[in-house]
Parts: sequence; C-alpha cells; structure tokens
Amino acid sequence: MKCVECDASIKLPSDVLEGEIVTCQDCGASYEVYRNERGEVDIRPAKVEGEDWGE
Amino acid sequence: MPTITMLYDAPRWEEKALIEAAKRKNVTLKAIECKDQYYNLAQINRAEYGDIVLQRCISYFRSLHLTALLEAHGVKVVNGLHEAIIAGNKLLTTLALIKAGVPTPKTMLAFTPQGSMAALNELGFPAVIKPVIGSWGRLLALVNDREAAEAVLEDREHMFPLYQVYYLQEKVNRPPRDIRAFVVGDKVVAAIYRVSADGSWRTNTSRGGKALNCPVTKEVEEICLKAARAVGEGVFGVDCMETADGLVVHEVNNTTEFRNSVPATGVDIPAHIIDYLVEKAK
Repeated sequence: MKCVECDASIKLPSDVLEGEIVTCQDCGASYEVYRNERGEVDIRPAKVEGEDWGE
Repeated sequence: MPTITMLYDAPRWEEKALIEAAKRKNVTLKAIECKDQYYNLAQINRAEYGDIVLQRCISYFRSLHLTALLEAHGVKVVNGLHEAIIAGNKLLTTLALIKAGVPTPKTMLAFTPQGSMAALNELGFPAVIKPVIGSWGRLLALVNDREAAEAVLEDREHMFPLYQVYYLQEKVNRPPRDIRAFVVGDKVVAAIYRVSADGSWRTNTSRGGKALNCPVTKEVEEICLKAARAVGEGVFGVDCMETADGLVVHEVNNTTEFRNSVPATGVDIPAHIIDYLVEKAK
C-alpha cells in the first residue's frame, strides 16, 4: 500500500482492525483501514475528527 | 462463559486493550466495525451480537442510534441507551446530578445571546460556556469578561442550532487539575489527576493535560459512585474538581478513554470492564 501524499510504502500492524487510523511513517499522512469492494483490506485518507467524536 | 460483542467505528488504544484483556481472560470478544454496515430497523440478527454488547463507537450520534436499535430488539448494551443519552449531554447530566443531590457547579441555560448575557451577569465572570454535546474539551470557552462572552456568543449564533443551547457555568476555583474517576458497575476502579498543560485552563488529556495517579479516597469513591448512579448503570468516567467546600462533579462520561490512565495508575481498567460485562451478561 502506498501513501498518496509521498508514495512511501505503508505497512499495517499485524493486529490491525478495520476502521483503525494508520500513519505514514515518512510524511505523517493519516489513513483509515477499510475493506474495499473486493473485500480486501485497504486504506483510504482518514476523515478529520467529527464534531461528535469523543468519550 | 458469555460472549461479548464490541461495536466500534475507529479503534483506539482502548479498543485494542479491551480485545487483549478478553483474550487474557479467555472470554470470547467479537469486535465489529459498525460504521460501514447498514441495519434493518424492523429486524436484526440477535445471535450476531452474542450475550452482551459493549458500545465503543467514537462518534456519539452513531453510538446513540445504534444502541437504540439494538436495545429495541432486546440486546443488552453497555452503556445502555438511557445512560448514553444522559451522559452524552452535559445539561441532562447536570440535571441528573442536581436531582441526586451530587454537588455540581452552578449552571444556567439560555437560548439567545441576550439571555446568556443576563445569565452570565448573574453567574459573574470568569465563567465557562460549553456545548451541551461534545468531548475532548472542544469549543469550551472560558470567558473572563463581558466582551469575551459577547464574541463567543456571536460566533455560536452562526453555528449548528445545537450550539445555541447555551450551557453557562460558574468557573470553579480549583487547583490546575481535576480528577477523572473510572466507575465500572458499582466500583471506582481507578482515578487520575488531570493536570492542565502549561498555559491551558482545560485539563483534558486530549488537550495535553497530564495524567497522574489519584488515590481513590472515601470521598472520591462516594461522590463518584453517587454521580454514576445518578446517570444509570455501566462504565463511566466521572470528572470532579477539588474546591474549598469539597469535591464537585462536572461531568459523567460515556465510552470513556483510559490510555493515559492505565500507565498512570497501574490498574488494568480494560480487565475490570471485561469482568463487569461477563457478570452483567449472566
């Protein structure tokens, strides 16, 4: 998986969960882990914090 | 052994720690990412949700509506809909605390800048303006004088209507820290001091506040359990402040975070939550 910002490779942790936010180690861009239409684990740019997010 | 289903949208350290805690205890915990799913309001597959559901969505509205749907179909959810509604809204929480006789800061409700200014004049400056729904210290405003209050209120008038429900609170004279206590069922399992970051009045750890262990004294235990009971039953983060007249509770949080509190206190908060769910599922 490649970072769309800087083209660096993004490695997912072994215990990664769908919905998890991962960060590009090179440029710091944030991505959300999701399952694409083909059912594969993929990444997409993370949504910024929602107004109702929190504890 | 009962099975637990954890619903989440964006997994944080907390959700992973809960998965690990369940593994350590040989409890089956199924984690379901619920954001990209769809749900038939008339029919759900109850078996999919096991014996009990732990609601861990980070989005409050998502969590609230999904909990409503599951409870309507008889699924046991922690925290339940009643608790989520009360704890998710600062005004409803304050009303519950007042009703239960829990000391809480003096708070006013207004709907217009004019009404708010009159309320603030009665409260006196400095005062605090908070949104009724919101977390992590977002949009909390400490207003030191009339001019600052007018500026904040003018901004709020251009925001979503929920932000024009003005929740106005006295600024409590406290040390630069508050206390966050973790209530799991009928126990206060741990507490931390949240010390404001340099230059900040807010103590939220998401705003740079530092977490230090706070002994669970009899006073902390009593007031926090009473505050939690006022909201309902479940897992809560109760926030209180130290004043010259004793502790006052200002918030009871639903879906509480604990990534900074576990290392600060040495208490395995996720393990306590798993134990509570196992007990509650029986």
